[in-house]
Amino acid sequence: MTDTTADKIIDNEWPLWEVFVRTKAGLDHKHCGSLHAADPKLAIQMARDVYTRRQEGSSVWVVRSDQIIASDPGDKDMYFDPMEDKVYRHPTFYKLPTEVDHM
Amino acid sequence: MYTQSMDTMGKDGSPDADSRPKAVRSTEEMLLQQRFDARIDDGDFIEAKDWMPENYRKTLTRQISQHAHSEIVGMLPEGNWISRAPTLKRKAILLAKVQDEGGHGLYLYAAAETLGQSRDQLLDALHTGRAKYSSIFNYPTLTWADIGVIGWLVDGAAIMNQVPICRCSFAPYARAMVRICREESFHQRQGYDALLTMMQGTDAQKAMVQDAVNRWWWPSIQMFGPPDDQSPNSAQSMRWGIKRISNDELRAKFIDATVDQAKVLGVTLPDPDLKWNEARGHFDHGPIDWSEFWRVVGGDGPMNHERLAARVKAWDDGAWVREAALVHARKQAAPSAAAAA
Repeated sequence: MTDTTADKIIDNEWPLWEVFVRTKAGLDHKHCGSLHAADPKLAIQMARDVYTRRQEGSSVWVVRSDQIIASDPGDKDMYFDPMEDKVYRHPTFYKLPTEVDHM
Repeated sequence: MYTQSMDTMGKDGSPDADSRPKAVRSTEEMLLQQRFDARIDDGDFIEAKDWMPENYRKTLTRQISQHAHSEIVGMLPEGNWISRAPTLKRKAILLAKVQDEGGHGLYLYAAAETLGQSRDQLLDALHTGRAKYSSIFNYPTLTWADIGVIGWLVDGAAIMNQVPICRCSFAPYARAMVRICREESFHQRQGYDALLTMMQGTDAQKAMVQDAVNRWWWPSIQMFGPPDDQSPNSAQSMRWGIKRISNDELRAKFIDATVDQAKVLGVTLPDPDLKWNEARGHFDHGPIDWSEFWRVVGGDGPMNHERLAARVKAWDDGAWVREAALVHARKQAAPSAAAAA
């Protein structure tokens, strides 16, 4: 997107935030989407308005999208492959006598 | 609510499905394409940062953003009656529904933006007429009964369209759709409930409901888009796992479900040719006026001008708020930056 009109437009846009909501005590925060907000206070208020209209939030996190470090999906094979041949991490790798197999 | 954007058949100037000559593509890209195709065939999901064909990206950006525009514009015909709802209960319900539509638009803009276009770019396309919204919203809400009928028929049609999209190959769109579907069913139920109340009321109320049904029935079944044999883009969309069920199949399912609902309500659907066809296992229906559909999609519907003008005005009038919020945020951030220096 090298169009100069687009660049001008983007400079004046509210920054993007990712929203994470914990629906109930005991559960993890789950990513539920993003929104644009000018500052942290607006971001939290808007996250409540947009993503918890059915009371599905006991806790809300907002994070500036540009603050998130993510693995590169292109590296998926290289990054996660080593885990594939370490089958000894799985309980099913171990064959135990029937009497104690409930472990 | 839904958009039938997919089947504009290039009449809105959108590019052909795959017009690039194969010879230009590198070996690496062909490999990526093969892997992409295999993932689609496996029923696997594509995430925002995964490699995807350029036309898959363009098609989805178009469909998701137009779906988002439809939600936001869809707030207007119903917003029209918030101040005139007959009871406090109906007013609170309508407020909640319209608020939901706004929220649905925001989920969808968020999903569309993961494909690379900014919110301002997407809105600019809408405001300059390059992007469309579902043409059902180009009709006026003339009476309170229209509000009930919209909930029953328009949201009903939208739900039928949206449930399969929960399994769309592009995951951000699918996830947004799951969220939307969860919230959507109350939209249809509240409309039907309002109509039931009126159909148990005075003769004037019953006539008002029947009149609204007469005006909204045909536009509602047009929401599923042109017939399959006039929708050349559907095939590519199905190949990519974006579209799961054909226009005609969705339309048939909707009509089948609605005929019974109309009977319970006590209204007549304005189609004398509606008849159960045992061989097909569906209701046969009369001819649909597709020339009117294209006329309205093309800009010549009763409310096209007003709808777009309302959106552009809201955007222009809100410019100072957006700027002020940004300036305020920067001012708040500045002192700490100076302190750190």
